Amino acid sequence: MKHVLTLLAGIAAVPAAAQDHAGHAMPGMTMPAAPEPPAKPATDPRAGHVMPQAPAADPHAGHDMAAPPESTGEKTGTDLPAGDAPAPPVPMPHYADRIWGGPAMARARQTMMVEEGGGQTFAQLVVDMAEIQTGDDGGSYRWEGEGWWGGDINRLVVKSEGEGALRDRLDSAEVQALYSRAIGPYFNLQAGVRHDIRPTPTRSFAVVGIEGLAPYWFEVEAAAFLSTKGELLARVEGYYDQRLTQRLIVQPRVELNLSAQDIRATDTGSGLTTAEAGLRLRYEVAREFAPYVGVHWERSFGDTRRFARAAGDGTGGIGVVAGIRAWF
Amino acid sequence: MTTIDRRGVLRGAALTGGALTLGAWTPAWAQSRTPGLLPVVSGDAIELRIARMTRTVDGVAARAIGINGSSPAPLIRLREGQRARIRVINDLDVETSLHWHGLLVPFQYDGVPGVSFPGIAAGTHFDYDFPVRQNGSYWYHSHSGGQEQEGLYGPIVIDPAAPDPVAYDREHVIVLSDHSRSSAAAIFRRMKLQPGYYNFQRQTLGGLIAGRDQSASDRLAWGKMRMDPADVADGTGATYSYLINGHGPRDNWTGLFVAGERVRLRIVNASAMTTFNVRIPGLPLTIVQADGLNVEPVTVDEFQIGVAETYDTIVIPTEARAFTLVGESIDRSGMARATLSPRIGMTAPVPPLRPRPLADMVDMGMGGMPGMEGGPPRGVDPSVERNASRTLATHGMAEPVMDHAAMGHVGMGHAAAADDPDDPMAGMDHGAMKMRDFDVAPQVAKTPGVQTLSPMPVDRTDYPGQGLSGVGHRVLTYRQLRSLERNPDVRPPARELEIHLTGNMERFMWGLDGKRMVDTHEPFAFTQGERVRVKLVNDTMMGHPIHLHGHFFDLVTGQGDHAPRKHTVLVQPGGIVSFDLTADAVGDWAFHCHMLYHMLAGMMRVVTVRPAGDAA
Repeated sequence: MKHVLTLLAGIAAVPAAAQDHAGHAMPGMTMPAAPEPPAKPATDPRAGHVMPQAPAADPHAGHDMAAPPESTGEKTGTDLPAGDAPAPPVPMPHYADRIWGGPAMARARQTMMVEEGGGQTFAQLVVDMAEIQTGDDGGSYRWEGEGWWGGDINRLVVKSEGEGALRDRLDSAEVQALYSRAIGPYFNLQAGVRHDIRPTPTRSFAVVGIEGLAPYWFEVEAAAFLSTKGELLARVEGYYDQRLTQRLIVQPRVELNLSAQDIRATDTGSGLTTAEAGLRLRYEVAREFAPYVGVHWERSFGDTRRFARAAGDGTGGIGVVAGIRAWF
Repeated sequence: MTTIDRRGVLRGAALTGGALTLGAWTPAWAQSRTPGLLPVVSGDAIELRIARMTRTVDGVAARAIGINGSSPAPLIRLREGQRARIRVINDLDVETSLHWHGLLVPFQYDGVPGVSFPGIAAGTHFDYDFPVRQNGSYWYHSHSGGQEQEGLYGPIVIDPAAPDPVAYDREHVIVLSDHSRSSAAAIFRRMKLQPGYYNFQRQTLGGLIAGRDQSASDRLAWGKMRMDPADVADGTGATYSYLINGHGPRDNWTGLFVAGERVRLRIVNASAMTTFNVRIPGLPLTIVQADGLNVEPVTVDEFQIGVAETYDTIVIPTEARAFTLVGESIDRSGMARATLSPRIGMTAPVPPLRPRPLADMVDMGMGGMPGMEGGPPRGVDPSVERNASRTLATHGMAEPVMDHAAMGHVGMGHAAAADDPDDPMAGMDHGAMKMRDFDVAPQVAKTPGVQTLSPMPVDRTDYPGQGLSGVGHRVLTYRQLRSLERNPDVRPPARELEIHLTGNMERFMWGLDGKRMVDTHEPFAFTQGERVRVKLVNDTMMGHPIHLHGHFFDLVTGQGDHAPRKHTVLVQPGGIVSFDLTADAVGDWAFHCHMLYHMLAGMMRVVTVRPAGDAA
C-alpha cells in the first residue's frame, strides 16, 4: 500500500517536471540567477512579503535580486518624459497588398472594416402597444409601433398607430415612413411622410420630428405635420420606464396633439386638440415579450371638443387597458 | 498523501490509467483527471482542422466551433527557437482565421483578415510559418466575426530555450471563457437593439427602498446625466456560462497537485466579453508572469484579468485538501469555478457571488476631483440572478478575510480609501461639470458615438478594478507589476500619441477618437524603430482591454527600465493608461478593444509601422 502511494505520488509529480522542464525546474531546486545581471544585493524591500509561505526555500529569491531601481535619482526608460517629435505621414494601411495582392485584400478589408467594423445594419419590429380598453360602448382597441432598418446613424423607420371601437369602425389609423438620422448621442432627427387612412377623407402630411432620450431617462418624441392642404399639426409624447423589479416595469406616458387651425373635415379645432395619459404595468417575461395592464385616459379640448359634441361623438374618458408589448 | 485511502487510489488509478501509461509524454498542463481534456499539439508540423461541433457544458449541449474536434482548441506547445509550421484547414462553410495572440510573428502571419492576410476561405487551408522568438503563456483565436465567442480559442505555451527563471513542480493551464447557447450574431443584435438586454442587475425602485442601489439623490444626479451606474458589463451571466478549460462550474474541472508542490497556473482570459476577478480562497497567488513575460514575483489574493490578458501564478498548497478556483465575472452575475485537489472527486467550499459593483464618479472620468472615490459596492436583488452558478455557493461559507494590513501592501491603501463612507456626490454641482465638452479632447470627432468625454481622467493603474476596493484582501494592480528583465529599449519616447476610447452605451456604439472602424480607414502610423508614448484615455464608463498586435509595449507605471511589458492592457473606466511602444515590427497590425462586440461595433483601428521614407 505504501509503495503504491509513493509510486503514484512520484508519477503524478514527475511528468510536469520531467518533460519539457527536466533539468531546470526540479522541485525545491534553487534557480540560477536571472538572465539579467543582478544590479543590487538582496535587500529588496519586497523580499519580506513576496513569498510569505516559504521564503527560505523560495527559488524566486535568486531572481528577485535583479531589479530594484537605483536610488541615484536618475530616471530611465518609462520614467522619462516624451519628446515632441513630429508624427510620420499617414500612409494607407494596405501593406498586406504587397504580399497577398490587392484584390484579395480589398475584399477582406471590406469585411473587416465595414461589415465587422461598425457598419452592420439591423432591423427591428417594435409593437409598443397592442391593447384593448374597456368602455360603455363595448370597448376599443389601440396599437402603436414601428419597424426600422439601418445602421447606427441612418435608418428607415415606418411607424403606425391607430384605434377603433371593438364593435364598430376603425376610428383613426396612420402610417409614417421616415428617414431617421442620429444627430447626437441621444437624439434622432426624422423626416418623411405620413398618411392617415382614417379618419376620412384621408390626408397626407410631410413630417419633421425628433425623438430620443432626455435627461432623467425620459423617452420623448415631437413631430410637426404639414398636410397637402396646408394644415399644420403637431404631436408631443413622452414616457418613462420605472423598474419596480428587474422585470416588473411601470410606465407613465403622455401624448398631446395640437393644431394650428380648425379643420372642419376631420372635426379638428385649433390649439390643443387632444391629450392622452396612461399608466401601464408590464411584466417582461422576456425582454422581447411583456404583457401589461393599465389605465388610459384621454380628452379632447377646445374647438375639437365642441366639434365632437356637435357630432355626437365622445370627448374622452378613462378606461382599463390590457395588452402586449413585444419586439422582434 | 496520507488522506488518500485505498479506494481513492484505485478509483484514481482507474480514471487515469491512460495518463499513467502515457505519463512520459502527457503534457504537464493536462494533468487534470477530469474527463474531456483538451488535446495537445506540438512539434514542427502542426495541423489544425476547424469545424463545427457540439459541445456540452454542465450537461447542456450547444453548437460550437472547434479545432480537431475540441473546444477550447488544443493546447499548442512550442519551444522557443523552433520554427512553427501550422497548417490550418477550414472545414466551415464560412471564412475563418487564426490569430496568435501575443506572438511576435511576421505581420502576414498574424491572422487578421483584411489587415494581415485575406483570411482562410471555406474549404481551403492556410499555412502559417514563423519563427518562435519568445516564451511564455499565450493563446490563439479566430479573428473572423463572432467565431471566437462560439468556441474558436485555445492556449499556447512556449517553453523557454534558456532555463526558466520560474521554478515549479507542476503546471496547469487555466483557460477562462464565456459560453452562450445563443449565437454571436444573436448576442450582438440584442446588444445593439437594447444595450441593457442582458443586464438583470439594474437599479430598481425595489432596490432603492431596500437600500441596494444608489441613494435617491445620487440616482437623480446620475439620471440627469443619463448615466447608468449598474451598466458594468454588456454580456452577463444571464446568457453566459463561465468556463474553465471548457468546463462549466458544475462540470468542475479539477487539476491535481501533491501537497507542498509549487504549482504554476497559466491563466488565460479567452472570453469574448468577460472581465474576470480570479482568486483561490486559502491560497495566495504569486504572480510571476503577465502576458507571457516574466515579472518580479508579487503575491496577492485576487487579481482582475481583462479579456485577452494572461497571468502566470505560482501557488503552493501545503495541505492535502481541495481548493476552489473562482473566476467571478466583473458584474458578479456568475462565476467560473474549478478545483485544485490532491485527488479527483474532492471539492472545496464555493464562495457565494459577491454584491454587484456600481460605477462611481471616478469611473465617469471625474477622478481628478477631490473626494470622488466611490462608495462601497452594494447588494444585488437576489430574486433576479440568472446564472446557474448562483446556487453553487456552499451554505454558510464566509470569505476568509485575511489581515494583510500589517504588511503595508500597496493595494491596501486604495482599498482603505474606497471605504470612505462620504457621499461621493455631496456638494457637487453637476450642472457645472460638462460630460461632453470637446475642448478636453480636441481630436475626438463630434459624432453620436461619443456619449461622454472624461472631464478629469486620471491614471488608474493603481486601481484593482471595479468592486475590488475594500474586499478585505490583497488585489493586484498594474503598478505592482515589474518586469523581471530590464526593458530592451529604454530610450525616452520621441513623441506622444493620445488616443481616446469612446462609446455610446445607449446606442451600443464603440470607437476610437469618436470614430468607428467603418468611419475611417486611416491608420495610426509609426516609423520603424521609433519609440512613442501612447496615452489611452477612457471616455466611457466601462473598462476596455486594448490589444496591439505584433508588439509588446511598456506600461508607464513608475517602474523605469523595468516596466511591465504587455500585449493587452485593461484601461479602467474614466482612466488613463500610458505605454511606451517601440514600433519595431514592419507591417499593418490590428489595434482594438478585445471585447468582441465592442470590436465588431467598430472599436478598432489599423496600426501601421513603415520603414522611414516608405509611405506607399
